[in-house]
Amino acid sequence: MQRIQRRLGLVWVVMGLLMGVACCPALAETPTYGGILTYVVPAEPPSFDGHRETTFALIHPIAPFYSVLIRVNPDNPGSPTDFAGDLALEVPEPTDNGTTYTFKLRQNATFADGQRVTADDVVATFNKIIFPPAGVASARQAFFSMVDTFYASDEFTVVFKLHHPSAAFIPALASPFNFIYSAKQLAQDMRWYEHQVLGSGPFIFTEHQPGAFITGRRHPNYHHAGQPYLDGFRAIFAKKQSLRVQAIRGGRAMIEFRGFPPKSRHDLVRALGEAITVQESDWNCVLLVTPNHLVPPFDDPRVRRALSLAIDRWGGSMYLSKIAVVKTVGGVVFPGHPFAATADELQDIAGYWPDLEASRAEARRLLQQAGVPEGFRFKLHNRGVDQPYKIIGTWLIDQWRHIGLNAEQWVQPTGPFFQTLRSQSKRFAVSIDFNCQAVVNPLLDVSKFVSNDRSGNNYANYQDRVLDDLFDRMNRTPDAAEQRRLMRRFEKRALDEQAHMLVTLWWYRIIPHRSNVRGWTISPSHYLNQDLSTVWLAP
Amino acid sequence: MTKYIGKRLLLMIPTLLGAAVFVFLLMRLIPGDVCELRLAGEGAYADEKAIQLCREQAGLTKSLPRQFFDWVWGMVRGDFGVSMWTGRPIIYEIGLRFQLSLQVAIMATMTAILLAIPLGTLSAINQDTWIDYGVRAFSIAGLAMPSFWLGILIILALLIGTQALWGTPWMPPIQYTPIWVDPVANLSQLVWPALATGYRYSAVAARMTRSALLEVLQEDYIRTARAKGLVEHLIINRHALKNALLPVVTVIGIEFAFLIGGLVVTEQVFNLNGLGKLFVESVGNHDYTLTQSLVMLVAFVFIMTNFVIDLIYAWIDPRIRYR
Repeated sequence: MQRIQRRLGLVWVVMGLLMGVACCPALAETPTYGGILTYVVPAEPPSFDGHRETTFALIHPIAPFYSVLIRVNPDNPGSPTDFAGDLALEVPEPTDNGTTYTFKLRQNATFADGQRVTADDVVATFNKIIFPPAGVASARQAFFSMVDTFYASDEFTVVFKLHHPSAAFIPALASPFNFIYSAKQLAQDMRWYEHQVLGSGPFIFTEHQPGAFITGRRHPNYHHAGQPYLDGFRAIFAKKQSLRVQAIRGGRAMIEFRGFPPKSRHDLVRALGEAITVQESDWNCVLLVTPNHLVPPFDDPRVRRALSLAIDRWGGSMYLSKIAVVKTVGGVVFPGHPFAATADELQDIAGYWPDLEASRAEARRLLQQAGVPEGFRFKLHNRGVDQPYKIIGTWLIDQWRHIGLNAEQWVQPTGPFFQTLRSQSKRFAVSIDFNCQAVVNPLLDVSKFVSNDRSGNNYANYQDRVLDDLFDRMNRTPDAAEQRRLMRRFEKRALDEQAHMLVTLWWYRIIPHRSNVRGWTISPSHYLNQDLSTVWLAP
Repeated sequence: MTKYIGKRLLLMIPTLLGAAVFVFLLMRLIPGDVCELRLAGEGAYADEKAIQLCREQAGLTKSLPRQFFDWVWGMVRGDFGVSMWTGRPIIYEIGLRFQLSLQVAIMATMTAILLAIPLGTLSAINQDTWIDYGVRAFSIAGLAMPSFWLGILIILALLIGTQALWGTPWMPPIQYTPIWVDPVANLSQLVWPALATGYRYSAVAARMTRSALLEVLQEDYIRTARAKGLVEHLIINRHALKNALLPVVTVIGIEFAFLIGGLVVTEQVFNLNGLGKLFVESVGNHDYTLTQSLVMLVAFVFIMTNFVIDLIYAWIDPRIRYR
């Protein structure tokens, strides 16, 4: 038996090596220096301040100019738990019962203007993010509620003290938006970075033509030895998806980092063959069905449960993944994370049962019990975006028809859509909503499900103290096994017993790019691994 | 003539003021605002305090009359303010795009004039012949085909055609280079949208030229000219076409004004960083100040174009001056 296991182990190792060589040419090749990477970005950043903005449109053209304290490991960005130091030498183990983290900084990092990056810069940066002064907006302040204080203990050491141990701290710190700014600049003008760029990243800002492009050139004194490989980059703004696909086909751009639908992948591969390489990954974004608890009959858990029981997630995954950027069946946690439910655990939740007929029969029974008549009509509120909103909306309407519900899609453009969602009123009955995060950080990512008087983006308008208590306990315990157990309990209550919100299918990221682009590896988020330090162009 | 010009210029003031009130109120009717979009548009957690702070910084917490007054007073002083979305001066945002939009509008207008007047004339003087049928089919196709769709077809044809011919697909550049920096790069980008929009534009003008010329050719003075024994090309060029051009000038002028800010979809198809694209983005971002300024710019261009058309009318047809 042991011999078989040893042989199996050997087979896995060999297969792993082969897959590594096949899927990631960068592992097998020596990077070459030079060249300008040209890529398309679907939108333009509103400002250059990463602490203020939340959009990928900021990350794609601006992240290459900045360093962060720690980051998702650029050599293994597919892993949701592998973090590495950027300005920090490494990710430290906590001390003082998990409440103190001491970061040792690299001593060779410099800003583009030649100033050295020191602990004062890191402290000034996190002061702006966690304790912003009046008049300064910080989009991720709430992610650091566990932080008590932080200070520079010497020129190259920063210490963070937490109120309580928290597994959410390191992932929050690794957010790609946490650009390290110069303390000197911040002292002069806290909002200077909204319109200026000065970082210590692999590239130095050269030009921005509003509405057109942003360019950067190589930082000659970048602190990671030998990097970056490119001479520079040019990020071209191109709103229309078909144009971005054509730009890659016509050689006007080499890559787009957000993601294309399956049809575009197919078109590019068919047109260019081996000149195109495709990378794919599960995506840390998911659309949710949000029944408004203020609107009858959706205030009744039986009705909400029926909505979930009607959905054929396992079947939908197979056919929707051919036309939309969705694929993986999952619960409240990103499917690749250790805290995510396994297939067996999922099948215990309403709407994930393997027997679809039994599931829909139960849905009909619950609707009847709740007094919902056959053919009951309601509006499904949705966002005016094709991929994957309108496709998922159309699919859901069909699923609910199988249990005698008659939904009609009500589509609003992005601005009015969010205003309706945030109205805390009866303006919608059931809506599509979404949860899309950068670093996979399940303990904070599920905060959308906690009561709406505690969570700023729970649009289902409910309070559930049991769920809140589970959330708090999960975030305070240092024991990973206990966190996972509590997460299962949380998931069961949120998706099954109360069916407060329904998870549809997790998104699936498809990046077809020119095959000469090497050294970039897809990650579960379009926000991650975008500093371009490891990217190179094959001759 | 001076009195006529002065009267026309004075009439511009109430027209522009009406447009200002209209666009200001219309923008406020759209649900949502720039701050919600900016901080929660990607579905991220949005802190209510941060949204409120953003609104204060953008001046959205002031009363509506105050916001209107600040904006109009800024315009009177030549200060259009800053974009609520980017924080950059609006003059700068518009100035960057105006150059490109103007060049495309001029190129499309030239394409249209070069196609429309000869084709319309040919069609009219060869009425009910195969030439007439051909020109009418050409112009009806131009009217029926949206220019953005033609643009998509042009790009696809270029990609497929060049790949078939040379093995490497080629498409027009997707970023603008000013003509004085690199004329080849500039024209290889802009000639395609100019053709796509110029074709539709020429179809309208060709039909107008044909029908106006047909009408003029029935006039007594044309019969008199022919009876005098004047050669046909002189009758057409000197007597008929000059009189037939009055409505064509109007159409060309209005289309030109439309092209300055109206190439919304075509600009996206070719990734042109022009005013049309800026317009769509500013409305989508709920950027009130920028949208309002763009509407005022387009209104001004339309009014000025009409003013110039009226002057040309008066120059071509002395009866208008003396009336």
